[in-house]
Amino acid sequence: MTKVHVQTKINGDAVEFLADPRETLLDCLRDHVGLTGSKEGCGTGDCGACSVELDGTLVCSCLVLGVEANGKTVDTIEGMATGNDLHPLQRKFIEHAALQCGFCTPGILVAAKKLLEVNPDPTEEETRYWLAGNLCRCTGYDKIIRAVMDAAAEMRQEVA
Amino acid sequence: MAKDELNTFKLVGTRPDRPDGLDKVTGRARYGADFSLPGMLHAAVVRSPHAHAKIVKIDASKALALDGVKAVVTRADLPTGLTGDEWDLQENTLAGEKALYDGHAVAAVAATSKLLAEEAARLIEVEYEVLPHVIHVDDAMAEGAPVIREGAADPTVPEGLHPNVVKYMEFGRGDVEAGFAEADLVMEKSYKTEATHQGYIEPHACVGQMGSDNKGEMWVCTQGQWFIRKMSAAVLGIEASQLRVTPSEIGGGFGGKTTIFMEPLSLALSKKAGGRPVKIVMTRSEVLRATGPTASASMDVKIGMKTDGTITGARAEFRMQGGAFPGAPVDMALYCAFAGYKLENVQHIGYDVLANRPKCAAYRAPGSPMGAFAVESLVDEMCRELKLDPIEVRIKNGVQTGDRASYGPKFGSIGLKEVLEAVKDHPNLQAELGPNQGRGFAVGYWFNHNGETSVSMAIGEDGTAQVSVGTPDIGGSRASVSLMVAETLGIPYEDVRVNVVETGALGVNEPTHGSRATFATGKAAVEATQGAIKEMCRRAAAEWGIDEEAVEWADGAAQPAGPNAGKFPPMTIKEIAAKMGSTGGPISGHHESVPDGVGASFGAHVVDLEVDPETGRVTILRYLVVQDAGRAIHPSYVEGQYQGGAVQGIGWALNEEYVYDDKGRLANSVFLDYRVPVASDLPMIDTVIVEVPNPGHPFGVRGVGETGITPPLPAIANAIHDAVGVRMTHLPINPPKLLAALKAK
Ligand code: FES
Ligand code: FES
Repeated sequence: MTKVHVQTKINGDAVEFLADPRETLLDCLRDHVGLTGSKEGCGTGDCGACSVELDGTLVCSCLVLGVEANGKTVDTIEGMATGNDLHPLQRKFIEHAALQCGFCTPGILVAAKKLLEVNPDPTEEETRYWLAGNLCRCTGYDKIIRAVMDAAAEMRQEVA
Repeated sequence: MAKDELNTFKLVGTRPDRPDGLDKVTGRARYGADFSLPGMLHAAVVRSPHAHAKIVKIDASKALALDGVKAVVTRADLPTGLTGDEWDLQENTLAGEKALYDGHAVAAVAATSKLLAEEAARLIEVEYEVLPHVIHVDDAMAEGAPVIREGAADPTVPEGLHPNVVKYMEFGRGDVEAGFAEADLVMEKSYKTEATHQGYIEPHACVGQMGSDNKGEMWVCTQGQWFIRKMSAAVLGIEASQLRVTPSEIGGGFGGKTTIFMEPLSLALSKKAGGRPVKIVMTRSEVLRATGPTASASMDVKIGMKTDGTITGARAEFRMQGGAFPGAPVDMALYCAFAGYKLENVQHIGYDVLANRPKCAAYRAPGSPMGAFAVESLVDEMCRELKLDPIEVRIKNGVQTGDRASYGPKFGSIGLKEVLEAVKDHPNLQAELGPNQGRGFAVGYWFNHNGETSVSMAIGEDGTAQVSVGTPDIGGSRASVSLMVAETLGIPYEDVRVNVVETGALGVNEPTHGSRATFATGKAAVEATQGAIKEMCRRAAAEWGIDEEAVEWADGAAQPAGPNAGKFPPMTIKEIAAKMGSTGGPISGHHESVPDGVGASFGAHVVDLEVDPETGRVTILRYLVVQDAGRAIHPSYVEGQYQGGAVQGIGWALNEEYVYDDKGRLANSVFLDYRVPVASDLPMIDTVIVEVPNPGHPFGVRGVGETGITPPLPAIANAIHDAVGVRMTHLPINPPKLLAALKAK
């Protein structure tokens, strides 16, 4: 199939690539742009490992076509830290041992970052429901929830 | 005893950041599918849509005619003459005369892009002659069931059983009938569990490259690079040492990544395509249809108990199907079934049965959860009947150090009693329960495993340490090995770097399985470190001109051992390392063995839950895991194992199962339908780490990965009984099933 020229802004950088119209945004990020931080756990929108922001909206990049990203901004796990300064969520995930294999981690971090933008003071229940679309098979979620809530508390203090 | 009273270590027992944490929170860590090579091809696999079918013809001509399609392999491309396990692996890699289950690989194709490979796979025409199939274990061993493979049974199977029964076992001791005669209450019940999948979020992925000289390389997500090497080499008829396998970071395994599935195909395709590297990444649906899963089980248990709770006799008969190949973990299930009980009279009978399902793979404490579901459910019912406290009954009958296990050997040091006492003390047991709420309790067991282990370590020029291990880090083992090596050397944690290395860099290592990484790799790493320490002491002795024996190692430095050795200031690791080039060359240590001293681990779980009587939905309110770790090297990752295991068990108990349609096709091969627990299904998972040190490990480690998946199955069934008075004997206890049981009450 003829490839389509796609122009995007990914993690703040202008990026162009050629996409087969059948390819998902996740395929394009991983195979054409070389950003393999977003993971494919299912390809059907059920696991959240491929979570990215598309023009500021949290999406499963396996459910978006690469060509749909034309003219849009994409934010992935690779853009979450500012230089060497980790996002508080990233620091708290390490500190709380909120990852075992780490495969779900990029998607969960991207989703959790959005949660804290929308709701800086989530309850445990709100956090659990927000992340219900992100599967983790290793941790039982306990430490993930604690890490997110701890990061939220820290970020609220910074703002205050 | 509080842990701090026991623990005199500086680092062991602390919770530093894991060394691979930064890579894993930034997306930098490289997993199976993240690896690519120049000139790489992509492959797709053609899979049988039938549960059981003769393969009449495979025609790949249309696929090969496509521009950019470089190679197709079928079974005809693989060597013949394999036997036993190796034949099974080859047959599972690519079907021969028959497709044995829905999803069984039949052919594979490599092309210049993933999309093209998928298109080519659709163009490969396979002609099938559909055969009758069988899915459930009891059906598969019944008279008249379709025979999956004639002559697959091993000599243990008595005459007269269906050819699908491939292994039979019977063992025990004492006289169970006499035991039952002695009892005040004898109960017998049947239980069933369904097949579940390990459900690691990372699908299998590899890149393989092999030339016409049969020298190959592979990059793969696996729990064990040497297993992949040995198995792939066997399937392809090449020499193991000509294949170099490098493990990627691994996105979960739980036993399911200890064996091969499509990995050899990447090499076979590569060779046919002139040695170009070939990447294969499974889809989720392929993972569910053709990898894992665990066995399903049908079980009868009979127990005799006195009014004081003493168990006088116990009998278990387990039937399991593990797919179309021998290997259901019925033996392990039986060994674990009564492992927590001190028994004079006990009998075990087991059947390993073929069915038209994927070849089962290990799943966290293989077999133990099923056995526990049956036995711990029945013990709970009997405690209710006799109005006895279920925890006290476990204490009364519980095995202790030195007792003979139900399956034969004598237990070394074990901590079941300590675990049970810790459960009794936990505040969760005081929580009030409301209407439709119940509390359930159960015990679980896993042996833990040692396995072939090879570790090497080297002192860097700056006095830091690098450790090469062969067990992929799935859940923080780099951190635990770093802690143990740093503790042994007396240097900071940050001064140790643990590398998981490829097959060319060490002797054979078994995978990260059997809860063995922190035990076996840890023990070998400490031994290797001791070797390097000995050499450093020798270098110091030479410089001081004193006897080697007069030097000891403490606080990261060689020191004169006692006043008679002479007066010398400590010679630090940094000083020794800085001049090692002129004092005899590099300093390193290595250790190869099958480490002895494995310490078994008991755990006990308490679950509080609520049943919605209108929908049959179960909500977990509180969950407690208490388990003997021996020693928690990095307590956060020990807790993580307890929590993760418990939640997998919760999924198995309440939701997860392989569902087949009437044609024997898997009906739920996506995560939407194969529903694993999500964050909103669960409360926090409370943990208590009991530490009864294992004398067989330098720091007392037992291994903690597996026991935790076992107790949830019965604990949840027991809690449901407590909540609403119905006894569920067939997992999963999903809402329709529980609702039907409530209505039938
Ligand atoms: S890969 Fe996109 S949701 Fe699973
Ligand atoms: S840490 Fe392994 S899936 Fe979440």
